Amino acid sequence: MAAFYSKALNLKAFRAVQSHLRLFCDAPKFPGAKTTWTQTLKISEAKQEDNLPVYRVLDKQGVVIDSSHEPKLSSEVLRKMYKSMTLLNQMDNILYESQRQGRISFYMTNYGEEAVQIGSIAALNNDDLVFAQYREAGVLVYRGAPIDFFMNQCYGNNLDVGRGKQMPVHYGNKDLHFVTLSSPLTTQLPQASGAAYAFKRAKNGKVVITYFGDGAASEGDFHAALNFAATLECPVIFFCRNNGYAISTPTHEQYRGDGIASRAPGYGMGAIRCDGNDLLAVYNTVKLARKYCSENNKPILVEAMTYRVGHHSTSDDSTAYRPKEEISMWSTESPVGKFRRYLETKGLWSEEEEKSWAKDVRKQILDAFNKAEKVPKPAWKEMFEGVYKDLTPALKEQVKEMESHLKSYGAHYPLDNFK
Amino acid sequence: MFARHAVSARAIHFVYQPDTAKPPVSGETSKQNMFMAINSAIHSALEKDDSAIIFGEDVAFGGVFRCTLGLKDKFGADRVFNTPLCEQGIAGFGIGAAAAGATAIAEMQFADYMFPAFDQIVNEAAKYRYRSGGLFECGKLTIRSPCSAVGHGAVYHSQSPEAYFAHTPGLKVVVPRGPIAAKGLLLSCIRDPDPCIFLEPKVLYRTAEEMVPKTEYTIPLGKAQVLAPGNQVTLIGWGTQVHVLLEVAKMAKEQLKVSCEVIDLQTILPWDKDTVCQSVKKTGRVIVAHEAPLTCGFGAELAATIQQECFLNLEAPVTRVTGFDTPFPHIFEPFYLPTKWRCLEAVKKIVNF
Repeated sequence: MAAFYSKALNLKAFRAVQSHLRLFCDAPKFPGAKTTWTQTLKISEAKQEDNLPVYRVLDKQGVVIDSSHEPKLSSEVLRKMYKSMTLLNQMDNILYESQRQGRISFYMTNYGEEAVQIGSIAALNNDDLVFAQYREAGVLVYRGAPIDFFMNQCYGNNLDVGRGKQMPVHYGNKDLHFVTLSSPLTTQLPQASGAAYAFKRAKNGKVVITYFGDGAASEGDFHAALNFAATLECPVIFFCRNNGYAISTPTHEQYRGDGIASRAPGYGMGAIRCDGNDLLAVYNTVKLARKYCSENNKPILVEAMTYRVGHHSTSDDSTAYRPKEEISMWSTESPVGKFRRYLETKGLWSEEEEKSWAKDVRKQILDAFNKAEKVPKPAWKEMFEGVYKDLTPALKEQVKEMESHLKSYGAHYPLDNFK
Repeated sequence: MFARHAVSARAIHFVYQPDTAKPPVSGETSKQNMFMAINSAIHSALEKDDSAIIFGEDVAFGGVFRCTLGLKDKFGADRVFNTPLCEQGIAGFGIGAAAAGATAIAEMQFADYMFPAFDQIVNEAAKYRYRSGGLFECGKLTIRSPCSAVGHGAVYHSQSPEAYFAHTPGLKVVVPRGPIAAKGLLLSCIRDPDPCIFLEPKVLYRTAEEMVPKTEYTIPLGKAQVLAPGNQVTLIGWGTQVHVLLEVAKMAKEQLKVSCEVIDLQTILPWDKDTVCQSVKKTGRVIVAHEAPLTCGFGAELAATIQQECFLNLEAPVTRVTGFDTPFPHIFEPFYLPTKWRCLEAVKKIVNF
């Protein structure tokens, strides 16, 4: 009897060992995936409890929750950050109004996303290359672009470094390492992957950051960019401003997954999701992201959760598709206000300074604005420049044609406004 | 009884006419076909320029047409590499790398598959310099892709998309007719300060063999070449069609006693109006031939400009002999192409206008 039982137990043990051996030595050898076998049939589905949590440093009142996460920033830097956010707000106020008055043709504001922009760029080196979408003017403000720079581009005047070629807010600045924007969404993403690859080969220590929204992440170029960056190991930060809307389309009509961050594992990439309305959280996140990219020569996906307080652009009235209460709630929850309370508790800002700064910066902006309005547009011949490095014979002929036409019909063209 | 023609399922419609003129540079030559000559140009580019990289689908092992054979072993896997299967990614990646200072040679496996990259090419690459006021540019980008009929390629392995890109200011579009031309033109494209699209007629990769100079050389862009002088009819083509036209010129001489001048346009954008018009003003009759469909094919641009510039010199309307306005068919390829017979008939008609 004992012999029988012992044999049975041995058989069970043998089967267990056999099963373990199968697991380790009999692993699937398919080139397409490194994984194990299963005899269970089930559909693998994401659960809401597995959604990536939102990293924050400050609570709603602007109080640091865990002091070990408070970045050690100097008072100059902290004040520069706040001043940048408020300058951005004031510039948006004035330029939005100027479009309404017919003085510039178009404008896009940044309300609600000040911390996203300034927090992220402050965490990078000055020569890290930026590929932006269109709602990142704060990046240029922080890096030191003078107010004139923005005004001249919006007016398309002879001082515009872009030479009047594009609509307002399509900024570009070589000295500040900010690649000129283009209207087609998401096209900058695979370009960022390529630039990062070139930097890696050049061993220049730079990383690339590229900004895009929750809507832009639906484009094919998003998929292309992340897949390339992952497979070719490019040091690029993919920074998504998830602000809840793509013009009128809310996120639940844009995607069904867990935001944008959840897509990273699909590419074999890491991700961090942070509170985009918490400047310190954005700062810490991008600081870590940069370290990760730079040390590993690998890409990373950052998703900053935020809310687009303003309309999509001057061509949009967002009350047509969202309740005023929603807008005012997020407006009150302002990242600028939260950061201001943080600074005040540190004794770095005050009500008096707020008043004098607001007055001062408004004056600076108005002065720049009025100045830019008076600058003539570039000479009309510049329309033909920059198509190629040099004018082709065909273009030279077209210039001559137009020259001749203007000699007879110049009175019908706004030549007086042009240099 | 009708005799069925015993035609190979992979027959080609032309006879390759190798360059016999003095090569663009003196020195030792070797017999090379077009993929070898292209390989040689890429080799030169990578050798002389540390920043140069070449990438695309299947580029690492040598490429489906062998254009990148041996380059990975010579220059390293960080410079000669495969990308994921994604043309919009290849184009976007290439633009970014070029804008960041690297010489980027991007391969698109077939010109028929360039279209996912159309937005990056037309909206981004072509406009990078213009829209930024010259602050940024991607001139270091060259996109190369096999194009045109190969005998059995059908709808998606035979297209000649030059017209789509020719309509985009900011791009340069180049089509070589053989190994010697390919090596020099490709090197010019790679070193050109503007983004270039280099379309390589795939049927010529193996069929076209010439004595190609071993040293590197460039052939200027924007310049057409008169290959066979003549004084009665101007025949204009590019790529494979040049060889059809060279044969047509011979046939016209023998059968019709007509002297034809054959011009290889070489660069589609910007194209050499002066050489073309000089010839047309001499002959008064011009036939443009291309594989791409008739409507809005590049022949339309040539015809419009020729009639504008040379109206009073024309003895007949500008004729176009082209692919029909259909997608590129499979079994009907012999009927679809602008064959030497359709071209010869056009010569006959134009001299009798």
